Amino acid sequence: MSYLLEVKDIVKDFPGVRALDGVSFGVNTGEIHALVGENGAGKSTLMKILSGVYPDGSYGGQVLVDGGEVRFDGIRAAERAGIAIIHQEFALVRQLSVAENILLGGELHSGGVIRREASLAEAEAALKLVGLEINPEIAVGRLGVGYQQLVEIAKALRKNVRVLILDEPTAALSEDESRNLLAIIKGLAARGVACIYISHRLGEVLELAHRITVLRDGRTVSTEEKTAMTEASIVTRMVGRELSGVFPEKESGTGNDLFEVSGWTAEDPASGMRVEDISFKVRRGEVLGIAGLVGSGRTELAMSLFGAWGPGLAGSVRLDGKELGITSPRDAIAAGLGLVSEDRKKFGLVLPSDITTNVTLASLDKVAARGVIDENAEILAAVSYIRDLKIKTPSPEQRAVNLSGGNQQKVVLSKWLMTAPRVLILDEPTRGIDIGAKFEIYGIIDRLARGGMGIIVISSELPEVLGLAHRILVMRSGRVSGELDGKTATQEKIMTLAACA
Amino acid sequence: MEALKQSVRKNIRSYAMLIALAGIWLAFSILCGPVFLSPGNLSNLFIQTVTVAIVACGMTLIIVTGNIDLSVGSVAGFAGAVAAVLQVRYGWGTAGAVLAAVAAGMAVGAWHGFWVAYKKVPAFIVTLASMLAFRGLILGVTGGATVSPLSGAFRAVGQNYLPDVFQHPGSFNGSALLLALAAIAVFMFFEARRRGERLRHGFEVPAPGLRAARLILVSAAIAGFFGILAFNKGVPYSLLLLIGIALLLSFTAERTVFGRRLYAIGGNSEAARLSGVNISANLMALFIIFGAIVSVAGVVLAARLNAATTSAGINMELDAIAACVIGGASLMGGVGTILGAIIGALIMSSLDNGMSLLNLDITYQYVIKGLILLCAVWMDISGREK
Repeated sequence: MSYLLEVKDIVKDFPGVRALDGVSFGVNTGEIHALVGENGAGKSTLMKILSGVYPDGSYGGQVLVDGGEVRFDGIRAAERAGIAIIHQEFALVRQLSVAENILLGGELHSGGVIRREASLAEAEAALKLVGLEINPEIAVGRLGVGYQQLVEIAKALRKNVRVLILDEPTAALSEDESRNLLAIIKGLAARGVACIYISHRLGEVLELAHRITVLRDGRTVSTEEKTAMTEASIVTRMVGRELSGVFPEKESGTGNDLFEVSGWTAEDPASGMRVEDISFKVRRGEVLGIAGLVGSGRTELAMSLFGAWGPGLAGSVRLDGKELGITSPRDAIAAGLGLVSEDRKKFGLVLPSDITTNVTLASLDKVAARGVIDENAEILAAVSYIRDLKIKTPSPEQRAVNLSGGNQQKVVLSKWLMTAPRVLILDEPTRGIDIGAKFEIYGIIDRLARGGMGIIVISSELPEVLGLAHRILVMRSGRVSGELDGKTATQEKIMTLAACA
Repeated sequence: MEALKQSVRKNIRSYAMLIALAGIWLAFSILCGPVFLSPGNLSNLFIQTVTVAIVACGMTLIIVTGNIDLSVGSVAGFAGAVAAVLQVRYGWGTAGAVLAAVAAGMAVGAWHGFWVAYKKVPAFIVTLASMLAFRGLILGVTGGATVSPLSGAFRAVGQNYLPDVFQHPGSFNGSALLLALAAIAVFMFFEARRRGERLRHGFEVPAPGLRAARLILVSAAIAGFFGILAFNKGVPYSLLLLIGIALLLSFTAERTVFGRRLYAIGGNSEAARLSGVNISANLMALFIIFGAIVSVAGVVLAARLNAATTSAGINMELDAIAACVIGGASLMGGVGTILGAIIGALIMSSLDNGMSLLNLDITYQYVIKGLILLCAVWMDISGREK
């Protein structure tokens, strides 16, 4: 018997990184198949191949539908084969109505004129499949994320989808919304739709899935029946190595208090996201980990402390006991803070510019006199970081866009090290970079801490937080929900604080 | 070797555009006969390029930050009108009138900067509004009439040539020769100094053959440029002004903290902000500087025409933007060079000049210019995809 959808020995290379290195698994009709793995294990890349985002020819290996090989030249081709993907970021047009979104790309019309009543009826039918009873004429932007997710699924179902791929669908949902979504997914499977379910939430995975495939470093580790798996066995397979060897030995004694945040409350003027009443301390030479689910306010906390949202609403931030009063990133840098942000392409790098330019961007004053840059001093600075951080590049004049993820991250890190920060905040410092570079970054973090810097590491990868941090702060809904000691913390303890109300 | 490849890749746009310019000149010299490449016509072409090239130099920096300025034609016309009215109707001296025009240009720049940098209104809209408003204000200032004649000193800015130091009756201008020698000497000096410093720090330097080729080519270009002028009437003041502005802006773009921040703002404004760059203040400063540059172009234009007219500067923004884009600036921001913009401006005015010499119907002149702009950008984009 052949699978409804099967992939065989998929290989996908990006400049400098092999993202997938021989992935194989298959899904049956009516099956919910979970795909788990650490960030960077290759899940998203694989899904982009299945949904035609990376067209045939840009990867190696085979994709089979009903046992016959298919070659998608684009998203449309994948859709015609009945494969649809629900992305983490919704592909909805916020200004258009629910009905218009559902029918987008497949509008009902006669001679180019939209058939309004038929469209509404069609949209309502699709909404019914996901149990949504809302007015299809209201703008999607006015719906909450939970509803938007369901609209997205309704849109996919309308296209006679046979395989539905869901990428972290519950990441931004509340408890109730998640439960509702899981019930709908089960319903779809019962009607014969095959679902590929990608999630970090192992509890959900074990509740929902029939079979589970674990990916690690771009390879399939195993595909097994759910009944044969436990959370612990999944984690072991995902991590696949003894953690003790991966992370540097933690220095036990740390210095006196360096950075102190108390009662910090701030609001993002753009999105209205808030962090509330946050208090914590970082000692000299200490690594503080911050854990929490996506949307728990970790990144927002970092951005607000760094002045990216302007002044805070309440609370105080002190360095060496001195109140900082930061109102902009400029103030933060002057005060001795550094922020390696979550998305290096969006917030960290000037991609068209070269390594040198990126490294010196936040500390141009150090290589300039009276506003004129000393070109040689600048290159020397870049070269010294290239050597220290082992950035793999033929020259300091290489453009950032041409570097691999790991090397790009090291360039961002160099930029912040050049500002000589007292406290360095690293938000998802190893996201999307290969294992080798990951370990190197762990080594750098350890070295900086030993040198007396205060370090804050925000990460979704629990093993990373556990391996690096002396203390761990767990966040939920924009607040601190608990603090754990790095020596005694476990993934379960963190997840309990992160997920349970 | 890799650094060499990098540097070739980095400058490929400039080389490609130089080759395109040479191709256009060759084509016209075949089509029009020797008149196109005659010193008289080429110096005329340079003079025609000056106003647009001055604006394009500044426009490059605006485009580099991811912004645009559609108002330059109207603002240049306005600045010229202010200077001309002050001189003709109020009897101001040339220096005073020109300074007042530049001050007016800077005020307009500050107005744009205020709306773009602090009120976050897209530059496209802010400057579109100014394009309309200042076309109207030109009518207000001039009373709808052509304002002329200007004084000899004012006209000199747009029409006169550097006096010949040798004062001999021959057909060769000595000042141009001296300037050529001086320019080559300065270029050689800076090249040698830069090479020495790089060697001292142990950085890669171009291979001897390549270095010799570069020195010879650039020196030949300088000699050729001034040679053309020398065989005609010499070096126009307006061209010296352009060269001065271009050198200053190139230095600003490549070597100053301010210039570096402009590229960062255009390349990734979020990354720039989180790296401590004050985006609003930098944009404000840039718009004020650009206002001054545009007003200088307006003054040169009025001086060349010996009048301020109500239609002065119409379509200048389009020529300037086209020049920047042909010269490799990306409207997405973060990319662009001053040299590229000047070559772009030369390409545009070479087309104008050559097609006029051919007596080509004005209909086709517009169509051809439009198509060439389209093709240049398309080639750039398809080149980047590879």
